[in-house]
Amino acid sequence: MPAVAWGLEILRATVATVLLFTFLAVVAAMFGVLAERKISGWIQSRLGPKHVGPQGLLQTVADTVKLLQKEHVTPVNADPVAFNVAPLIVPVAALLAWIVIPLGVPFGVLLIGRDLNIGLLFFVAMTSLIVIGVLLGGWASNNKYSLLGALRSASQMISYEIPLALALLTPIMLAGTLSTVEIVDAQRGGFLGVGRWFLFGGGHGLGGLVVGVLAFAIFVAAATAETFRTPFDLPEAESELVAGYFSEYTGMRFALFQLGEYGELFAMAALSSLLFLGGWHGPGFTSTLWLFVKLFAMVFFLMWVRWTYPRLRLDQLLNFTWKGLLPLALLNVLLTGWVLV
Amino acid sequence: MGELVAFLVLAALTLVPAVVVVTSRNLVRAAMALIPSLLGVTGLFVLLQAEFVAGIQVLIYAGAIAVLILFVIMLTEGGTGLAVRQVNTQRWPGLAAAAGFVAALVAVLVRTPWPAGSGTLPAGTTAAVGEAFLTEFVLAFEVSSLVLLVSLVGALVIARREP
Repeated sequence: MPAVAWGLEILRATVATVLLFTFLAVVAAMFGVLAERKISGWIQSRLGPKHVGPQGLLQTVADTVKLLQKEHVTPVNADPVAFNVAPLIVPVAALLAWIVIPLGVPFGVLLIGRDLNIGLLFFVAMTSLIVIGVLLGGWASNNKYSLLGALRSASQMISYEIPLALALLTPIMLAGTLSTVEIVDAQRGGFLGVGRWFLFGGGHGLGGLVVGVLAFAIFVAAATAETFRTPFDLPEAESELVAGYFSEYTGMRFALFQLGEYGELFAMAALSSLLFLGGWHGPGFTSTLWLFVKLFAMVFFLMWVRWTYPRLRLDQLLNFTWKGLLPLALLNVLLTGWVLV
Repeated sequence: MGELVAFLVLAALTLVPAVVVVTSRNLVRAAMALIPSLLGVTGLFVLLQAEFVAGIQVLIYAGAIAVLILFVIMLTEGGTGLAVRQVNTQRWPGLAAAAGFVAALVAVLVRTPWPAGSGTLPAGTTAAVGEAFLTEFVLAFEVSSLVLLVSLVGALVIARREP
């Protein structure tokens, strides 16, 4: 490639990054936090934020402005380099995972950072980098609660990554590709426009239905654990660890951790809609609207679970993945192969 | 031109943190410096159009092995930020041995006639790698899986407390 083409490529990447980051900050973090507070209020029979803007809609905008103005404090005994690098790793890794997530084909233009031929492998690899930021932040704070939260999160993320990746193998095998766009296109059509969704096995009969539902259940359980949400929120248990690995962070550094976390939550919700629920294909018409309906339904489901169930103990959490989810996921891969043959 | 610049940037990204790994007196920082080094190697794989290996490199090395190393260090005395010397009293004999090894390596590299690869790459290497593993190299693939399984069971046996 000539030098000009490389320059153009770098320019395009920069523009795409800015657009994706804005999308994440506004839709995932700001709207996500507001939705979380409103839904938790609804579940706990209270009103939630109500005063800033109509029905409290501008609450997170005001919060963001407040966080931007706050002083950044680096604790005296903290490791300064690691302490300041950690909050950058988490949102950047979540942002990189969004590169392979397509948002539909409005007016014939495919909305995606880059349709990589190793799409899902890239996604899993990038989300696995988040744990580095968490571990680094927890250690650099030089605070026992932060370190405990970081160690808990590392053991949890490493454990749940495996069933997550194995659950992804079912749609990969059904579609025969790693590209997210091609996986969505393989789910087009069928009975009422939903018959070929991979949740229902992509038109492989009863066996397909079993593996599809099982893979979806494993994926959602593992994704909940990967994003540190109740019942799997041990790393940031407020009542025992004072919020875990980000206890010592102030102002925008704290907000960056939140951004990464909500970015990953929305990425997991988007991925489950794309891989199992047909992406932008649905009954009646094909549109980006379908994808967003499914995405927010998944986000709502994850928030509903968070505010309904109590927290697990650490041994229960690790037993659940190593003795329950992992054998089930391996069995499901085998079953998928059997259904396909 | 662009490839050369990309290669130089990636080579620097691989080598500079690698120096930190072997010189830093803080064990956690040394382990942390391993991560950019591994990501630099990933970039080199991408430059060679081996995208599957690149993905696996991030997932396994940066995302799992480096984290495991950090995890272990943080559970030991190294996690307290204790300064440790990375060299012992035999630094000069060690340096001599390393220099000799480098000289031998460079001599071999210079003398080997590197054959340029012929043929074209398949469109996606992932499917090709998978197919090769399950047909031509199935024995090597299964044997290495067995080795990993045995080491996993061995680790469990050692770590398990006797009742």
